[in-house]
Amino acid sequence: MNEINIIETIERYINNEMNPEEKQAFEILRKSNAEIDQMVVEHTLLLQRMKRYGERNKLRTTLQKIHNTLVAQGKIENGQKKGKLVYLFHRYKRVAAIAAVIAGVTTIGVFALVNTISPKSDHSQLTSLSRDIQHLKEKQNVQGNEVNKLKTKFAKPNYPFKAGGSGFLIDRNGYLITNAHIIRNSTNIVVINNKGEQYNAVVAKVFPDKDLAILKIDDSSFKSMPNLPYGIRKTEADVAEPIYTLGYPRNEIVYSEGYLSAKTGFNGDTLSCQLGIAANRGNSGGPVFNHLGEIVGIISTKEMEAEGVAFAIQSKYIYSAIEDLKQDTTYKKVKLTKNSSVKGMDRKDQVKKIQDFVFMVKAG
Amino acid sequence: MKEQLDEQLLLKRFAKNDKKAIETVYQQNYKSIHSLVINNNGSADDAKDIFQESVIILYEKLKNGQLELNCKIKTYLYAVARRLWLKRLQQQGRFMASPEGMEETVPVATEMDDHEKVNAEFELMKKALVKLGEPCKSLLEAFYFQQQNMDIIARQFGYTNANNAKTQKYKCLVRLKKIFFSHYKNGNGDE
Repeated sequence: MNEINIIETIERYINNEMNPEEKQAFEILRKSNAEIDQMVVEHTLLLQRMKRYGERNKLRTTLQKIHNTLVAQGKIENGQKKGKLVYLFHRYKRVAAIAAVIAGVTTIGVFALVNTISPKSDHSQLTSLSRDIQHLKEKQNVQGNEVNKLKTKFAKPNYPFKAGGSGFLIDRNGYLITNAHIIRNSTNIVVINNKGEQYNAVVAKVFPDKDLAILKIDDSSFKSMPNLPYGIRKTEADVAEPIYTLGYPRNEIVYSEGYLSAKTGFNGDTLSCQLGIAANRGNSGGPVFNHLGEIVGIISTKEMEAEGVAFAIQSKYIYSAIEDLKQDTTYKKVKLTKNSSVKGMDRKDQVKKIQDFVFMVKAG
Repeated sequence: MKEQLDEQLLLKRFAKNDKKAIETVYQQNYKSIHSLVINNNGSADDAKDIFQESVIILYEKLKNGQLELNCKIKTYLYAVARRLWLKRLQQQGRFMASPEGMEETVPVATEMDDHEKVNAEFELMKKALVKLGEPCKSLLEAFYFQQQNMDIIARQFGYTNANNAKTQKYKCLVRLKKIFFSHYKNGNGDE
């Protein structure tokens, strides 16, 4: 028996085409011959797989035919009922979403880039610009004043102010301290905070020998402030202690920092101390803070001969001034703050808290 | 009850390759699977493929007597089509977490596993036949798949008589067997 004959026999066996005697003989052969048995198993499998393959292909063809017939008869829909556009939308909505995100990011990126690389104005321009702006600001302030006057219905007399400086609250109920020289011979005083709000003020007491003056805001639009964030120091500050000041050398609050350079003032003046700080005329009357946010002095005069040198009245004299003031029963309730609540804060956080309590003083 | 009996009858005829029955199954179920695929980022061609694949699975299950259908044909086909479509989406990397209207209705996980196995073998057979080449391929197809008479085959393929054709057919079959089993035993039929 060659291989083809064997295969033929096996196939006849599988397909049940043998007569009973033949079948019986073959089964005996199969049992005794493992090789034949293996061939039967393999051939059965092969034929089965072939049958499946054929059936599936046939069904595929049939289904395709049915599909075409049914479509032709209009019994099933085949088209994109939703329309091409909706289909495309569904198909590409994810892609579109991603594209939109990329577009968004690009836009922001370009915007940021342009912002970053666009040329910055140089310094001289800045200076001249700031002058222009200051000019505009002054104009605006005047206009603002007019508006305020109309608003409050209290016509504030518009005197030309001869002198200007800084001052700061020493009591939340509207008591300020400033330099006496700023308000000398003035009949009309206004104080302006860093938000540009302007209040009328009156002189409570002047101490010409100490160059100090205590003002009281006398304006119906003024509301009591929160507690002062800074305390006033009773003892002397130490040489080399870092200090800073806030004041109005311009129409805007300005911060500058320096150090205490000597415990006495000009020509050994014991009333004041010497500061190494960049201060301008408008800083007069402004507070001098140490790193704890305590007031250690009040800027009073500037050494005209030397740049970066200023003198400050020592803070302990504020206490004696207030003691004097309290002799007058009207001012019995004035109370100084000893402890600073901004102690331990960052410098910039200290300034943020303090700046609302420092005023511009204008007198005329 | 009557409806269920009708369905059982339909399935029996469907398993016997009754063209009318296949057409009925096709017509009754095409629409729901068409919308399933279309509503989940598929095209009309995708819908056709998925539907026909589902019908083939139903057919093969019936043929092997492995199917005890406890639900309606529609439900079964829908569940199978859903799995097939999810799988295809996954393969294309466009799978979405929970596609609309794609809740599992009846469990068809076994169907999927079986189908994959059968698919693999199907591909194996296809490859073996291609490798076998002509005229063997056509000869075997004519005899085994189209079940044509040996005399007709002999005339068609130009053999002198049926016996000659038969011998030729067996020669081809032996070769096919070798090719098929060399891949089959090597596992998945990947070359």
